[in-house]
Formats: sequence, C-alpha cells, structure tokens
Amino acid sequence: MAAKASFPLLRTQAFRIVLVYVLLFAFSTAALLAFTYWNTRRTLDAQTDQIIEAEITGLSDVWQHLGLRGLAETVRERSVHSGQALYLLTDGLHHVIAGNLDTWPQTMVAPGNFIEFDYERPVDGKLEMRRARGRMFALTGDFVLLVAQDVHERYLTTRMFTTTLPWTVALILLLGLGGGALMSRNMLRRLDSINRTSGQIIAGDLSRRVPLAGSGDEFDTLAENLNRMLDRIERLMKGLREVTDSVAHDLRTPLNRLRNRLEEMASRRHASDADSGEIDRAIAEADKLIGTFNALLLIAETDAGTTRVGMTVLDLGEMVADVAELYEPLAEERKISLVMPPCENLSIEGNRSLIAQALANLVDNAIKYTPEGGRVTITSGAGPAGIDVTVADSGPGIPAEDRPRVVERFVRLEASRNSPGTGLGLSLVAAVAHFHGAELLLSDNVPHGLKAVLRFPRSALRAPPLKSAAE
Amino acid sequence: MRILVIEDDLEAQRYLVQGLKESGHVVDDAADGETGLSLALSRPYDVAIVDRMLPKKDGLAVVAEMREHSNQVPVLFLSALSEVDDRVKGLKAGGDDYLTKPYAFVELLARIDALMRRRTPTGIRTRLDVGDLELDLLTRAAKRSGTEIELQPREFRLLEYLMRHAGQVVTRTMLLESVWEYHFDPQTNVIDVHISRLRAKIDKGFEAPLLHTVRGAGYMIRAH
Repeated sequence: MAAKASFPLLRTQAFRIVLVYVLLFAFSTAALLAFTYWNTRRTLDAQTDQIIEAEITGLSDVWQHLGLRGLAETVRERSVHSGQALYLLTDGLHHVIAGNLDTWPQTMVAPGNFIEFDYERPVDGKLEMRRARGRMFALTGDFVLLVAQDVHERYLTTRMFTTTLPWTVALILLLGLGGGALMSRNMLRRLDSINRTSGQIIAGDLSRRVPLAGSGDEFDTLAENLNRMLDRIERLMKGLREVTDSVAHDLRTPLNRLRNRLEEMASRRHASDADSGEIDRAIAEADKLIGTFNALLLIAETDAGTTRVGMTVLDLGEMVADVAELYEPLAEERKISLVMPPCENLSIEGNRSLIAQALANLVDNAIKYTPEGGRVTITSGAGPAGIDVTVADSGPGIPAEDRPRVVERFVRLEASRNSPGTGLGLSLVAAVAHFHGAELLLSDNVPHGLKAVLRFPRSALRAPPLKSAAE
Repeated sequence: MRILVIEDDLEAQRYLVQGLKESGHVVDDAADGETGLSLALSRPYDVAIVDRMLPKKDGLAVVAEMREHSNQVPVLFLSALSEVDDRVKGLKAGGDDYLTKPYAFVELLARIDALMRRRTPTGIRTRLDVGDLELDLLTRAAKRSGTEIELQPREFRLLEYLMRHAGQVVTRTMLLESVWEYHFDPQTNVIDVHISRLRAKIDKGFEAPLLHTVRGAGYMIRAH
C-alpha cells in the first residue's frame, strides 16, 4: 500500500509504455554504436594490414635478392621518407640494425597475425606515445624484421566509441525516463479528472461533467463522449424521476379524493345505518391499496437509485438496536424471545429512513412467521466479507428453490397466503440493499427457520461522525 | 384558530376547508401559490396547510418566501409526490411538518393541533402534570399519586410526548415520527403494544385511566 502510494507513476500504463520503449531504444542505440565501432575498426585494420603485407612482400624480395645488407639499406632508405610506415630490423638479441623505431616495443598485443604496440615518437618537439600496428617477419639467422603502420588516429577514433557508448546509453535512459514521467504525469492528471468526475457521479451528483483541456486530443474526445453519455443518462434519470413523480401525483390525487369522500360519508352516517360498517371496511381497503401503492413506489424509486438526498453517516449497530427495541414488546406479546447481543459501532454511509425500513421489514417478517415460544436472533458485525446484519428466526423458513423468488414483487408463498402482508416487504429490503451496494442473502437457520443477512460492502464503512466521537 | 389552506385540487380543498370549519377553525383558502403567498403575508394565521405542487408558484417557493419575510407561521406540507426526497426538501424549505396524500383527516387535524400548540410557547418546562401523574424532566422520574413508576428510556420519551400533548389526539404515525424518528409505516402495529405496556405501568391499579384510545385516530392522555 505504501509503495503504491509513493510511486503512483510506476503504476500508470503510460509510464510502463515509455519505460519499455526507452529500454528498447537504449538497447538498439548501443547495438548500433557497437556495430559501427566493430565495422570501422575492421575496415581500417584491413587497409593497414594490406599496406603492411605489401611492404613485407617487397622487403622479403629485397632480402632474397640482396641479403641482409641490402635489406638493411632499403629499410634505412624507407625509414627516412616514411610517413606512417615504421620499420625495425634486429638481430636475435633484439639489437637494432636498421629502422625508424629506436627499441623493440615493450608491450605487445597480438590479435591474429598482427601485433599492436605503443611506441614513442617526437611530435612538434615533444615525445608522444602512439599506437602502431604491424607484423613481425622472421629471417634466417635469427634476424627479425618488424614492419608497422602508425594507427594512432584510428586508435583515438575507436577509443572515442568505447568511452561514448555508456554515456550515450545513460543519457538516453535519463532523458527517456524523465520525459516518460512527464508524459505520464500529464496523462495521469487527465485521467484523474475523469476518475474524480465519475466518482462524484456515482456518489449521486449527475450534474457533474468531465472538464475538457481544450487541446482537442484523444482525451478531450473521450471526455466529450463521456459527457454526451452523461447528458443522456441525466435526461433518462430525470425522465424516470418525472414519471415516478407524475405517477405518484396522478394516482394519489384521486385516491385522496376517494378517501376524503369515504371519510365524509362515515362522518355523516347515523349509527343505525346498516352500511356504516361497510364504509369503515371500504376505508380500510383504501388504506391497504394506498399502503401497497406507497410500497411499490418506494421500491421503484429505491431501485432506480434516483434519490441521494438522505445519504448520511449512520451507526448501523445503533439502528439495529433501535429496531429491535421497537419490536421487542410485540415479540414478548407473541411469546417469542427476541435475542440481540450488544452491537458494536458500525458507521456506514446510507439513507437512514430506507435502512430503518428494511431492518423493520426483516424483523417484522421474522416475528410474523415465528410460532409462539420461538426465537428471533438479531446480530450485527463487521467481518471479512462485509458488514452483516443477520435476522434469524425459528419459523418454517423458505425452501431453497423459492428463495430467489421471494424478493420479487408481490410474490407470497402458499404457506403465507393467509397472513397479512403485501408481498412487498422483502422486495423493499432487496431494493434498499441494491441501493446501498449491499446484498440480501437468505439461507437456512440451524436447526430450522430462515436466516436473512443484509450484507453491506466493507467500502461503505465510514469514520464515525465527529459529533458522536466527542460525546 | 385561523388556518390558511393553499391547495389547487378544488375537490380536496373543499373537503379540507369544510372539515376544518366543522372542527371549529376559521379557514381562508387559495388555489395557487401567488394568491396563497399574498394571503399568508397579509393576514395573521395560526397555521398554514400548503400543497407541495401548486400552479403559479410552487409550494416550496411559497414557504421559502414566507420565511424570507420572517413569517414564522407553522406550515404543514401536503404532498402527492413520491416521498423519499420530498420530505427532506419540504422541511429544508422551512416546512414544520409533512403529510403524504392520501391522508386520514384525523391525522391532519392531530398534526395541526400539535403545530399550533408548538406555536404558543409555555416556557421551558421541567415538569409535566396530567391529573395525579407527574413527569420530572430533569430527574427523569415518573410518579402517580406519589408512587414512583419505573420507565424504560423509550417509555419515558413516549410518555413525555403524550403529556406534552395532553388533551390532544396523538396519532400512531406522530408517535413513530417523534419518539422513534421513523418515517415509515411498520406493517404490524407495534405502537399499540408499546402503548399497552405503558398503560399497564401508569394506569394499572388506578380507578381513573389517563391514557385513552381514540377510536380510528390514536391516543390521548387526559385527566378526565
């Protein structure tokens, strides 16, 4: 986590691409330089070697025809007019007989047939160490002829290659990585602004748009496309919201009039009227209809996630305890023991009203389906999988094959057809779970009954609000 | 009491005005936001009932402007919109209470009574009395005829709310909203069970019951 935080650049795709590219570039530059070095040296050496070979051929001719004295004479002659050419004729004990080299070379390296050595030569009145390349030619009677060429210029050139190469590679790496970092930072900034905007939109602020840099590059094109998409989504959401509102308004207004009229009739009736009970029953039916309609509307709205006004940081543990407390007398009246171990503080971000209603629905269901003398256990706690609120009862439970169905709207199982309820209770719980990015998990309670778990993601956890920390 | 009704659904308005008049209130009515606002700003009212969606000027805007003009008349919003955000919006705009249509008239009446009662401050009270029942808000102790009554914290709040509205009808929804802070309708009537528990504590063994059930409406605590 710490390494990730301190080197965010390393994680960007841009920087990785630049890194690979720079390494490849540095490698190929080094290879190119190495090849040029090798090839230049080979060509120059071949030229030098040809000259030396030609000289040796000529001098060996002289040796064969004129003997040692003739050879010494020729060497002496040539030494005087030599430019690059170097000669040394010695006897078996390395005593100089003729040539423009004063001594037998001290250090010699022998690549193939040819040797390379350093020698001293006066240049502009100063002695200078210079590099030469030549070949030794053994004569009969232990005499040795050394024919060489001064290759100091080539030597300097090739040495330049070997010293420049590491610097060049280092410079390429340095500039490449620096440039890469700069590029990726720029890219990261652009991506960050897109990420920040989408984060705010996910949090419910649909009016946000990705800012454009104005450069008309591919990021701007991406941002423009995203913004167009967001415009569309916002329009759809607004449309949905308007539909919900007008459905609500257009159905509630006549329902309101209907209820008003029924109440009016009820207030004007005389106790002796035979149909006075009928009016009360009609009002009760109307209220049931209204209740179902309200629940449906709430589920639709929650499912669509169009509402974000009521999001606050709340203590889930405390809310669970409150709901348990609300239902405790009812459980006692039905001789059901409502068990709730103390809850820890679980601060999450959520809609208080929706969560309270979901919790109440779960507990309400559990009490409704648990027979007398049964037991309902409510627990809450944070685990590795998420933050769980568990309501377990000792009722008949729900067969595994029916579980996916019971969260659908209006689904009521055969066994519960005759008990009161709209068949929307669990649908609402599921919608509230969905709204909060949570899950509603139904499983068997041991030994029997239903275990309903409302599992919020760990990412919903928040630091408790300062107010309650100060208390 | 003078009540202003701003409601554009004339059928609903007629019913509301008639019901309020029958309950002994003086009622003015307006069918759009602008008329409603000018009435609210020109005459003294004890309470205003404002529909959330109104022609010419939206209900939220009417109340927001009333508050801008330092008009502190308690406002009850009536709304036919979907509920989740709307309650929050209504209260933010300066509303004091919120009721979703369709509503029961008794519920509306009880809430108006509570709003008007809130308007006449009785000073900071440290003790509430109803008959021989006393509630000390500082020591959080309840006594009836001098006998101490043990109350759970929530029972205390429930009794306190009922006694603050002594002589008034208090509906189940009102109790759920103010004592439990829940704005939804539990499927099973849990409030009734809480009330019967409370009743067992304060009325059991006494000749005259204080906590009464008002049929079809809710509960009321009163001495006689």
